[in-house]
Amino acid sequence: MCVVCGCGTDAVHAPGAERVSTKPSADPRTGDLHYGAGPAGVSVPGLSPARAIRLEADVLGENKRLAGLNRAHFAAHGVTALNLVSSPGSGKTTLLCASIEALRRRAPELPVAVIEGDQQTSFDADRIRATGAPAIQVNTGRGCHLDAQMVADAFGALHRHDHHHHHHHHDHAHHGHHHAEQLLFIENVGNLVCPAMWDLGEAAKVAVLSVTEGDDKPLKYPDMFAAASLMLINKVDLLPHVNFNIARCIELARRVNPGIEVLQVSATRGDGMDAWLDWALHAEPAAATP
Amino acid sequence: MHEMSLAGGILKLVEDAAARERFAHVTRLRLEAGRFCGVEVRALRFAIEAMSPGTCLAGARVEIDEPAGTAWCLQCSCSVEIQARADPCPACGSHRLQATGGTELRVVEMLVQD
Repeated sequence: MCVVCGCGTDAVHAPGAERVSTKPSADPRTGDLHYGAGPAGVSVPGLSPARAIRLEADVLGENKRLAGLNRAHFAAHGVTALNLVSSPGSGKTTLLCASIEALRRRAPELPVAVIEGDQQTSFDADRIRATGAPAIQVNTGRGCHLDAQMVADAFGALHRHDHHHHHHHHDHAHHGHHHAEQLLFIENVGNLVCPAMWDLGEAAKVAVLSVTEGDDKPLKYPDMFAAASLMLINKVDLLPHVNFNIARCIELARRVNPGIEVLQVSATRGDGMDAWLDWALHAEPAAATP
Repeated sequence: MHEMSLAGGILKLVEDAAARERFAHVTRLRLEAGRFCGVEVRALRFAIEAMSPGTCLAGARVEIDEPAGTAWCLQCSCSVEIQARADPCPACGSHRLQATGGTELRVVEMLVQD
């Protein structure tokens, strides 16, 4: 019997295209014709046959496929990609500029590049380029997040435009533990909601939360803190002037993500920058986030 | 509002299926948006309706199931159902929960006409 319409035929239905035909179905034993065996239960002359199609398709499947390609591409280049997410004004760009300056002193040979996501303007990419690091600005227009295709395009553009690009021989198999050969910072569009859903092929999402924003943000925007591997509490130099409870913030972040790591930094004063860069340089390329 | 991008992704899946299975209209579209998938169902419905005129989704009835989220409680070592990310374990009250299901956003099935 057909499991979809119960019409009694033994027809083999192709996966993904189970037919609920309003054409008459014939009983193979008696030759009786069944009309109106479709979901509507009636046969309407002139109305084309309705059928059910079972897709079971992941809406983000195409983005996940492209993110997987990015991840493989990054691995082949020895690139550790970190996806920085936060609300607007948390200090992501200042943090990146300070990170690039500190890395130049600490690991002068390490190539560092940045993909900057914003709706409009190249202000942020200009600030990064002023440090001497290559940067590509991605303007999303009305879009509220970067997607894997944008990052693939921007990564390609970085390689075309980076005249200082080093060609390495890669030999990952014998490394005892992971250490980045190149760092790629992806600064997502300032938005604590939408970028949580889009895998870009990054090793990790880093959620930046500044102490001027409020310690309850991890509960207000739980999807983002659930998706992040690290929470960076930024602008800690301002703690004496604001009502921000670090312990409460960490406790709330761990309610939505028990495994989230937490570091406290001040990009302008330099607090915690060594620990943050240690973390960035040793971030393991992770499996795709669900 | 990322629901607009997601509605675009849904339309793409439907149009790909239309080309493959040769149908012209969708009369009913059934989606599944898990509690943890990060989608506001009302916004998604609005986005699909805004996008559908002139496409094979025009006039389609959109049904969106919202299955509960599931999580593993690290405290009592069992799988539990919760409605929101920050909910405590219904068994022991602990917040040490790791989401395990309810993150999916899928096109489940549709009813179509040639």
